[in-house]
Amino acid sequence: MIEIRFHGRGGQGAVIASKILAMAFFAEGKYVQSFPLFGVERRGAPVAAFTRVDDKPVRMKCNIYTPDCIIVLDPTLTRTVDIAAGLKKGGSILINSDLPPEEYKEKYSGFNIATIDADSIAREFKLGSLTSPIINTVILGAFSAQTGLVKLESIQEGIRKEIPIKTEANCEAAKKAYENVKLLN
Amino acid sequence: MKSVLMGNHSVSYGVMLSRVKVIAAYPITPQTQVVEELSELCATKKLDATFIKVESEHSALACVLGASLAGSRAFTATSAQGLALMHELIHWAGLGRFPIVLANVNRAMGPGWNIWSDQNDSLSQRDCGWIQLYCENNQEVLDNVIIGYKIAEKVLLPVMLVYDAFILSHTYEIVDIPEQSQVDQFLPPFKSEYKLDVENPACFGGLTSPEHYYELRYNMQQAMEQAVEVYKDAQREFKEIFGRDYPMIEEYRCDDAQYLYITSGSITSTARIVVDELREKGYKIGLLKIKTFRPMDKAELIRLLKGREKVFILDRNISVGVGGIFAQEIKAYLYGQKYMPEIYPFIIGLGGRDIPPSSIMEAFNYAVIENKKPEDILYIGLKK
Repeated sequence: MIEIRFHGRGGQGAVIASKILAMAFFAEGKYVQSFPLFGVERRGAPVAAFTRVDDKPVRMKCNIYTPDCIIVLDPTLTRTVDIAAGLKKGGSILINSDLPPEEYKEKYSGFNIATIDADSIAREFKLGSLTSPIINTVILGAFSAQTGLVKLESIQEGIRKEIPIKTEANCEAAKKAYENVKLLN
Repeated sequence: MKSVLMGNHSVSYGVMLSRVKVIAAYPITPQTQVVEELSELCATKKLDATFIKVESEHSALACVLGASLAGSRAFTATSAQGLALMHELIHWAGLGRFPIVLANVNRAMGPGWNIWSDQNDSLSQRDCGWIQLYCENNQEVLDNVIIGYKIAEKVLLPVMLVYDAFILSHTYEIVDIPEQSQVDQFLPPFKSEYKLDVENPACFGGLTSPEHYYELRYNMQQAMEQAVEVYKDAQREFKEIFGRDYPMIEEYRCDDAQYLYITSGSITSTARIVVDELREKGYKIGLLKIKTFRPMDKAELIRLLKGREKVFILDRNISVGVGGIFAQEIKAYLYGQKYMPEIYPFIIGLGGRDIPPSSIMEAFNYAVIENKKPEDILYIGLKK
């Protein structure tokens, strides 16, 4: 079973991202489960969302404590939240950041780190506004390239099912992120 | 068609497929998306039903009872304080023999104000004459809306469909949405024998003297007893059409089991993992999932428990002064029976406290590994 945890801020669309990712794996014939942090969410406050993926039905119905992958939608969260908490040894961390992954190497040593400047890509494709770009679909393209766990086409299929407006712009932005993710050397 | 659905939307689709004609509901966390999706389905004409906006849960249930009495298949959904506000009409629905379905998302009663999973809301309505169906996953949630109407309309008792806050309500899982034609085959249109009819005027729920009241209650008890067979028939028929069923008491790896967990709701799903782990270690252990709190299949319960050594009942609820409600009921059913196991009644996960496999394992460790004696109430994960 693969367990994935999203860190974002209320309003960034972490829950929708966790659902689209589940739908992408589902499109590849996997069993999936996704859920928000069971809490009271407020815009701007740190939030989390989760996706489980398996080859057999997912029976585990509790929080995720030892994820395999972490996706961070807002880089400022790395300063306030222990985003690597419980992450399995050798697990992956993907951060929406214009910095190279090497910048995070010391802080998160022993993990497979990647970064993507999702804000710039979202602005380019006019997703959200200039001051608050919407990057929840963009970053999933980068996740596909970083981990190889799910195909870009499946992510796009999930976006098409879940995002009713600017659907193709979201798909294209995810593709651009797929092509531009920066992996730790 | 297989789809990725949250528990709340699974309810909405079950209601749509059941061709419900009247919906009245008031939104409350964590039930809100049930109502949102239904209002959307009505607005887009995917569901040909009247959606009545109301100012409270009490009014929601009153509307639904009125609609049912007028001969319509009717639905409402709520949770916790909302269900409590309905309480007067929860009795009315049961005692008046209204064949409605109410979806209740199990949420802790406040104060302390809490929106997370806990069974005390639905279980505190247990004496009102309702059938209660507890669900383990979102497929079960959807299917049992449909099955709920089938049973309710046969025995003329209301059905409460119960599922955990967030763990099911807000969690997306793969759900097979049945075909409308198949649902129509299983659930024909609602034909009410007793309804408001200007051609044939009658009064319902009027003054009932001591001369007659007693027998009305006796008839309800009879109906609840008959519900056991009606439930089994409905499940058999459902399985023939859809290939799935939900036994009143489901056995999991029980064949030669000395030890049994007894669970209800979504805890069951995680507990299956624990049973598998213990089986791999060589322990003869299984699980019983209680699907129906009312009615209980007493004969089956006794048959399944006879000759076992130890049973661990996990209650995500507490009747203050007594302990776990499932444990209390099960003990009562077993009174006077021979060869019954030792009962370990555990309270677990109140107010949505998370229940990972390690918490479920604690029950086994206490009773088997540490070989401790049962007590009236045992607590898992209590902070001291």
